[in-house]
Amino acid sequence: MEWTGRDVISIRDFSKEDIEFVLLTAERLERELKEKGHLEYAKGKILATLFFEPSTRTRLSFESAMHRLGGSVIGFAEASTSSVKKGESLRDTIKTVEQYSDVIVIRHPKEGAARLAAEVAEIPVINAGDGSNQHPTQTLLDLYTIKKEFGRIDGLKIGLLGDLKYGRTVHSLAEALAFYDIELYLISPEMLRMPKHIVEELKERGVKVYETSDLEAVIGELDVLYVTRIQRERFPDEQEYLKVKGSYQVNCKVLEKAKEELRVMHPLPRVDEIHPEVDKTKHAIYFRQVFNGVPVRMALLGLVLGVI
Amino acid sequence: MPELKVSAIREGTVIDHIPAGKGLKVIEILKLGKLSNGGAVLLAINVPSKKLGRKDIVKVEGKFLSEEEVNKIALVAPTATVNIIRDYKVVEKFKVEIPDVIEGILRCANPNCITHYEYVTTKFYVISREPLKVRCHYCERTMEEEEILANL
Ligand SMILES: [Zn+2]
Repeated sequence: MEWTGRDVISIRDFSKEDIEFVLLTAERLERELKEKGHLEYAKGKILATLFFEPSTRTRLSFESAMHRLGGSVIGFAEASTSSVKKGESLRDTIKTVEQYSDVIVIRHPKEGAARLAAEVAEIPVINAGDGSNQHPTQTLLDLYTIKKEFGRIDGLKIGLLGDLKYGRTVHSLAEALAFYDIELYLISPEMLRMPKHIVEELKERGVKVYETSDLEAVIGELDVLYVTRIQRERFPDEQEYLKVKGSYQVNCKVLEKAKEELRVMHPLPRVDEIHPEVDKTKHAIYFRQVFNGVPVRMALLGLVLGVI
Repeated sequence: MPELKVSAIREGTVIDHIPAGKGLKVIEILKLGKLSNGGAVLLAINVPSKKLGRKDIVKVEGKFLSEEEVNKIALVAPTATVNIIRDYKVVEKFKVEIPDVIEGILRCANPNCITHYEYVTTKFYVISREPLKVRCHYCERTMEEEEILANL
């Protein structure tokens, strides 16, 4: 697969080989960065970060990645401060910004916006979240984190906990995990179960899937527990949200039943689904997970720019 | 009741075995209301049919619709057959087939899809024909038969 000039829009566009290659490249860059402190691969290259919807963490992670590669960054963090507010089309914004930059990272509230941007732009476009559709770099950093912690992904028992119905990150993570020989535990309130078509697809692809609403019954089995937030804004109905709000919490008591080596992950930010007391335990790896976003994004930026 | 006569055409395309009531939709999808060559378009509605009970027929004068063009109507008229007419004779005949990619005629059912906000030609991948299921190229949401028909 030719990486130079490639767009990163959806985890669906990735083969297992692509994923493995990104993870290996991230590993290499993380090691080099540790040794040298600063890399120069992207010297003279400019990243434009177009955040039509605010997401400070994701933006900072991309900016950090570009700086650590030796490149520089321009962009805007909110559509209300840009010409978009004046009614400029996404197409025109992209055509304009590509005159100033070598690669574009886009976050947009509408699903499909990143795909459209990639079709309009001559330079590579990376999707940093389009509405409730895709957030491929999150999925890649999740996989990178699992691989780094266990040295492998195959053979693990992985639990996804929380809002499996509306949660974008768990949908694409599950899809990507289907490339590996894993067992998947889908743990959620009845109302927030993983959409049937995704469960069916996982089974068709040979993943052993268990669905339950009882975390305590299965936690002893798991190597990884991936926790997600129940996001109020994704619910079409406030009543529905109130029914499931706070329906589970990972705390030290729950973790008593867990294996020594259980790792708890979370895409962050969290609200109350993981008690802060868990942070000090050896199970908690969600802040390391945040760190891992940088080498993974460095790898993607470097690959699509063709500089590494 | 005397048999309904629809005049034969010398050159053009006859789309037969359209499910009754879908003829107008076929004309709309193929944009036959705006034929640039000035040829006539004839629509027969509710014609008795051995195969379908009742059917619609569309005749297009002076225009040879390509297989690709006609396949667009497979979504509303899966039973349709297409006859290419030259000098009053059928020179080619085929059944419509749902294409692998549907461009331009279908709206996305996802109200938050970028295709509703920007100037863009919609594009869907057919992921299953039976039952019919398509995926939006942009927002990746899948649509099933009922939603597809409502968004044509
Ligand atoms: Zn769509």
